[in-house]
Amino acid sequence: MSTVTTPNGFSLDTSGQRVVIDPVTRIEGHMRCEVNIDSDNIIRNAVSTGTMWRGLEVILKGRDPRDAWAFTQRICGVCTGTHALTSVRAVEDALKIEIPDNANSIRNIMQLSLQIHDHLVHFYHLHALDWVNPVNALKADPKATSELQMKVSPSHAKSSPGYFRDVQTRIRKFVESGQLGPFKNGYWTNPAYLLPPEADLMAVTHYLEALDFQKEIMTVRTIFGGKDTHPNWLVGGVPCAINMDGAGAPINMERLNYVRSICERTKKFIKDVYIPDLIAIGGFYKHWLYGGGISNQSVLSYGDIPDRANDYSPANLMMPRGAIINGKLEEVHEVDLRDPNEIQEFVPHSWYSYPDEAKGLHPWDGLTEPNFELGANFKGTKTNIKELDESAKYSWIKAPRWKGHAMEVGPLARYIIGYSQGHEVITEQVNGLLKTLDVPVDALFSTLGRTAARALESEWCADMQLYFLDKLINNIKNGDTATANTQSFDPSTWPSEVKGVGFTEAPRGALGHWIRIKDTKIENYQCIVPTTWNGSPRDNQGNIGAFEAALLNTKVERAEEPVEILRNLHSFDPCLACSTHVMSEDGDELAVVKVR
Amino acid sequence: MTEDSAQKNVLILGIGNLLWADEGFGVRAVEELHRRYEFDDTVKLMDGGTQGIYLVQHVRDSDVLVVFDAVDYGLAPGTLKLVEGAEVPRFLGAKKVSLHQTGFQEVLAMAEMFDEAPEHLYLIGVQPEELEDYGGSLRDVVKQQIDPSIEAALSYLEKLGITARKRPVPLSEQHTLGCQVMQIERYENERPAEEAACRVGDERLIVDERWKAPENFDRELEAVLAETPDGRIFGVKV
Repeated sequence: MSTVTTPNGFSLDTSGQRVVIDPVTRIEGHMRCEVNIDSDNIIRNAVSTGTMWRGLEVILKGRDPRDAWAFTQRICGVCTGTHALTSVRAVEDALKIEIPDNANSIRNIMQLSLQIHDHLVHFYHLHALDWVNPVNALKADPKATSELQMKVSPSHAKSSPGYFRDVQTRIRKFVESGQLGPFKNGYWTNPAYLLPPEADLMAVTHYLEALDFQKEIMTVRTIFGGKDTHPNWLVGGVPCAINMDGAGAPINMERLNYVRSICERTKKFIKDVYIPDLIAIGGFYKHWLYGGGISNQSVLSYGDIPDRANDYSPANLMMPRGAIINGKLEEVHEVDLRDPNEIQEFVPHSWYSYPDEAKGLHPWDGLTEPNFELGANFKGTKTNIKELDESAKYSWIKAPRWKGHAMEVGPLARYIIGYSQGHEVITEQVNGLLKTLDVPVDALFSTLGRTAARALESEWCADMQLYFLDKLINNIKNGDTATANTQSFDPSTWPSEVKGVGFTEAPRGALGHWIRIKDTKIENYQCIVPTTWNGSPRDNQGNIGAFEAALLNTKVERAEEPVEILRNLHSFDPCLACSTHVMSEDGDELAVVKVR
Repeated sequence: MTEDSAQKNVLILGIGNLLWADEGFGVRAVEELHRRYEFDDTVKLMDGGTQGIYLVQHVRDSDVLVVFDAVDYGLAPGTLKLVEGAEVPRFLGAKKVSLHQTGFQEVLAMAEMFDEAPEHLYLIGVQPEELEDYGGSLRDVVKQQIDPSIEAALSYLEKLGITARKRPVPLSEQHTLGCQVMQIERYENERPAEEAACRVGDERLIVDERWKAPENFDRELEAVLAETPDGRIFGVKV
């Protein structure tokens, strides 16, 4: 019936069967997804919707800017630290506060720790079950599993047939108790699962090993942040004192040695378990190259991990920064978060009002005025929507654009930019993986590529943690124990009106906080989170965002069990934790799935 | 104190989101408990926020788990509901105030996969009055349940031979378990006016029937428990 081509080159056809996946959640942001599937079960139209307005921006108005980090880290259950870091950077930028070298090293170690933790938990606990079938693992031969383990990772100690037999017994007991727990709501008879039972058992075993190991990674942030599970942060530095000889000091030699031992074990776990699993599982799915979306045409990274303190220029950021547009991979553009013409948010398809919705607004001038109205062609009622009308407003997510382009952000974006720039480590890692899996470079632009980039990035982060730990210890040995600069902490010293921007590369992509401070209080606060970039609705030109693009042209084995949709969406590590209802066109509930 | 109880590791956990009014009950209650009482080193008090998987290890390490949380029982606002043993995980999944409960049910299941679920579980739930007040604090009826909920926790622990010592003077806010910025008086007093900062969420969720409380909580819970195989949930006998 109606086929349109978007300015960014995608064909949308709304004639097929509409499948609705609607999560219901409060915490990590809500998301709903609707797709049209043609008679060959191929997705021909995709609509991604944030269905909950959180309005963090407005509750911060009038608050003390030095407190904003504590509010922002409560937005969500998974990205606490990275929001806090972005927030203190925004305030420091506004008030021209420089932080000590030790604070920079400690913040980097914490941010790298969060990256690794998030990537590991994402791979094993949020994403793996899109590829791995725990019920099939019960059929595995423990001896053959042991042989497989020794083949894929000879240096991993836990590989005996007895070990795998024990784990299998535990999983069997768990499954047979009727309480599948995290394994419930899976499509365990779906032909989309391709692993042999032994690979499934090995992966499920590592699901448990990773669950056991992740606690250690967290300890790094507890030591420096002083508190589990919500570390403390401070405008001007870090809130932990250093006294190398003091037994009671938050940071002393004993604790730093402990941090080192965790960093080293983390590196070993990634090398012996995470990377080999990626290669083993990836090998069985290497022809399933759906989900690339816009990754081969436009990607964005703000960059992160400043080598020297207080220098946020691209050359000093060890995690790559830049923008690629129009598929020109050889040309990486510089990104300016302050330029009103670069990053803009549009709302023609978002439930907000602007005075002139043909135009985008830079976050410093951003408006967050809710305007919930449904298009003329929506089906259902206002409180029970059966089908959205994507030609009108349809999402609580705004549509951020870089110079008018929809952009993908996240580990794959960072790795594509690094690869294009000839970043030494990234190039070596990517080429190595492509060779091992025997796939061409184009394979990167896929759901699997996104998942692979996350694993490679974890490996890089583990090395960088040790780099900054050495840097911290050397600096302390040279007599510098400063961790905070409190010179500008007193609001009476602040100018009456200032603005600033803070950015990080969160595990799931580019994160920015823009702040305006007036008479010592927050006047305007705008966050653009990674899932806003990736999950954005259409813009004023009709360009679709990364989620929508990644779903297009994917073949679904069974419309009522859309594990392929979950694969593509999960590969972005969207910041939401939801129980999801899959509805048929007439609204009958077909299945309940989990989207994370 | 018995020989056995001296060995028990106890985790007292407050869960929920401080930014959503009565959703913050669990965290506020455990903060207050910490300010007023001290325990042996084997007892850990924690602001769990809306963390999921990151809490697994703490749950695995505990023999006794006490959870403070806001839970929708379909009762009068501010009603305290005490749930013990096997009812806890099932209940957390039965009627959700927010997604962190699904998350937490999964946390318990993950601990069970390691065969390390806590031996004793106790949920101290309060019926929220208001959740749709973003940036808001506890309502009075809910706040008034902090004292009784602390009493409930202490007497449950007492039965297991775990005693608390009342601090001569409660800890100041400088030593709060949570962070000073989110300390309840500051959080409330520095809140911007309603005209300056909108306080409601998405209207579809506010009126959405998926969020309605159960009509008869006890009957529903019994129905849930009736499905329990072999009379044990997470290794705990019902």
